[in-house]
Amino acid sequence: MTAERVKLDAGGGGQEQRRLIETFRARLSNPALDPLEDSAVLDCAIGAGESLVFTTDSYVVSPWRFPGGDVGSLAVCGTVNDLAVMGAVPQWLSLALIIEEGFSREDLDTVLDSVARRAEEAGVQVVTGDTKVVERGKADCVFATTAGVGIRPAGRDLGAHRIAPGQALIVSGPLGDHAIAVMCSREGMQFDVDVESDCAPLNGLVEAMLSAEGPQAVFAMRDLTRGGLAAVLNEYALSAQADMVVHEERLPIRPAVRAAARVLGFEPAVLANEGKLLAAVDAHCAESIVAAMRAHHYGRDAVVIGEVGGRFDPEHPDPRRPRRPLVLFRTPSGGMRVVDMPLGTLLPRIC
Amino acid sequence: MCLAVPALVEELDGAFARVDFGGVHRRIGTALVPGVQPGDYVLVHAGMAIETIDLEEAQRTLALIREVFGDAVPEDPPPPDASHE
Amino acid sequence: MLCPRIRPRRTPPMSETEILSQFADPTLVASLLRELKPLVKRPLRLMEVCGTHTMALFETGLRPVLGRLGIELVSGPGCPVCVTAQEDLDHALHLAAAPGVIFCTFGDMMRVPGTRCSLSEMRAGGADVRVVYSPLDAVELARQVGERQVVFLAVGFETTAPAVAYALAEAKAQALANFLVYPCNKTIPAPLSLLAAEPGLDGFLCPGHVSVVIGARAYRPIAENWHKPCAIAGFEPVDILRAVIALARQVAEGRAEVHNAYSRVVREEGNPHALALINEVFEPQAALWRGLGEIPLSGLALRGEYRRFDARLRFPGFVPLPLSPRLASCRCGEVLAGRIRPDECECFGAACTPEDPLGACMVSQEGACRAFYRFRGWEAQ
Repeated sequence: MTAERVKLDAGGGGQEQRRLIETFRARLSNPALDPLEDSAVLDCAIGAGESLVFTTDSYVVSPWRFPGGDVGSLAVCGTVNDLAVMGAVPQWLSLALIIEEGFSREDLDTVLDSVARRAEEAGVQVVTGDTKVVERGKADCVFATTAGVGIRPAGRDLGAHRIAPGQALIVSGPLGDHAIAVMCSREGMQFDVDVESDCAPLNGLVEAMLSAEGPQAVFAMRDLTRGGLAAVLNEYALSAQADMVVHEERLPIRPAVRAAARVLGFEPAVLANEGKLLAAVDAHCAESIVAAMRAHHYGRDAVVIGEVGGRFDPEHPDPRRPRRPLVLFRTPSGGMRVVDMPLGTLLPRIC
Repeated sequence: MCLAVPALVEELDGAFARVDFGGVHRRIGTALVPGVQPGDYVLVHAGMAIETIDLEEAQRTLALIREVFGDAVPEDPPPPDASHE
Repeated sequence: MLCPRIRPRRTPPMSETEILSQFADPTLVASLLRELKPLVKRPLRLMEVCGTHTMALFETGLRPVLGRLGIELVSGPGCPVCVTAQEDLDHALHLAAAPGVIFCTFGDMMRVPGTRCSLSEMRAGGADVRVVYSPLDAVELARQVGERQVVFLAVGFETTAPAVAYALAEAKAQALANFLVYPCNKTIPAPLSLLAAEPGLDGFLCPGHVSVVIGARAYRPIAENWHKPCAIAGFEPVDILRAVIALARQVAEGRAEVHNAYSRVVREEGNPHALALINEVFEPQAALWRGLGEIPLSGLALRGEYRRFDARLRFPGFVPLPLSPRLASCRCGEVLAGRIRPDECECFGAACTPEDPLGACMVSQEGACRAFYRFRGWEAQ
């Protein structure tokens, strides 16, 4: 029997990763950590009604540079977005780099230029940092870790705890661009694809969404990263104990992404993104929120994809269905299918 | 067991061809479809084209389905008097 | 004289992609479902023998729709991952563990549990296991790495065998000394004959892409000798429904024929170049199928001058492991033969789940058990 080891799947944003994260929670549990949202809202006295929001993320993308960005742009945008989807105004980032011996100085400059550019775009400052160099082979070119702090104004309360049946589900734009751009630029895959990563800071878009009908009309938002839309919908279904119903033909997906996903045997809904969010909003306000998103550069293709379905009642389960809330996709052929939490890393298949 | 996807042949290169799956391009082997030409559609599996797609046959099939259901509408509304000179 | 007349609506000439995309058109799907409904005179039990069909029936949402019309689709042994015998999988793991080997595989096999572990776990433990999209990529890798041995795990049916054969022919032409294959390819007609003898199956949805290679004629013995209707199906919703309609008609009319419902790519005689290449590199041999036991002439072994590419010759010393008690409770075989439904296995959903699978049917995305797990007998409205 092999001793248990950490598998690559555990970094994939799906079930395996959730299990790994549970081991953190089991040891470190506290009120700020436990909700496991994209950022932690801290109990800290600042301005009236304001909250301090804090998050961290590591970036280990391979290859370090890909069409549409590099690890530097990801490091800023990912952390900015984790703050933004909690309703916080991102302010300050830390940046720690672990650099593999031999990485070229020119490439390092490229990464730092990306960091600077994206920080400026997002209106945040990198205020502290660290660099370490490890021997050749101990890191894949460069690993980055950013922590971010933001301030959430009064009157905003976003999170899975606010999700309820009847709310509209909105996606901010085409799914899967990042995953396909990165995968196809890997050595050995040899696919040539006209798709770029969608890496982008979304705090401007989020402000537009919260202004459209007021912050009370937006209940929850998540950054769609590894595990894609499927992972977030499953997390929401679990947290809210309600079905998530999606109308598949409404999912925005670029034709090239759809084609690449088909060839490799992936489902577009599980593909990673780096500049997209999912929001649960008041159904009566959905149209105007989408209009406000479409007026923004990063929300041009925003669309309502479905709705929060009925609550799952464990006391009175419907005998005709599985005993858990489900993520359901209504297919163009008029059928329904269940979309489970993706397991781990994506593997191309021939079957 | 057979994820095979249609692709358009763009250019030939010896025993290989560059194909377009719809914005995604790859070099694939053409040994199983000798005589394939740029502009043809092929079915690709595991890096090889396994057959050419007969688009005329595809159209015939689609027409057959439509015929059964009358994807058919009256072309002109009938004149009030059916006979005229 | 003008008469009122009905003419087909003039559709503008379609581009090629438009033509192909029509096979997923929801209006056509709705029309075909309307056509199908009255043809189903009694509950039908049809076997689909292709993992990709299992997947397609889920992705399109057609499985429950057909269920409501009285058509049960039983998943047969068409998932090469699922039918790879435990012993063969353990042998693959033995090869992957050989010092210095670069072990290449299709992604499908990475998570299947062998007696000790999976390929994915081997990689976590330090073995050089790589996923490839094509066997040709493994040959190219062998060319690049000089002395290190590259071993390719060849699974799949006749759709994949030509690509493997071509890779070997290339390796031979380039006189590569470091490219090896573990040949586990299987062929479909032999187990299909076995299953055709099973009572309780009204017909077969035949695998469209295997048929591209072997041709519609490969299924004639099934129809003629066992009087079982066969319909060759593609993988788009329209393709699947046309084949199901053909089967329903045959059953209603008491016929048993081979209907080619994928005529845009399947020919009567298959692809002669692919068949010739397979014949050059492989020869039929008995193969061990998980759950079905050994079936004569159902596997592809390396033939003649290609025998030297067999990885087992370069890395001998594999001893089959005893079946672990935990894995002994797995009933994948009965599921694969269509004898029990996944939820009729005691392990289903308890000892065996997608996160912690006992058998291949639960690991593989298109395995019957995994597919069933998602629905668990639920009839969506």
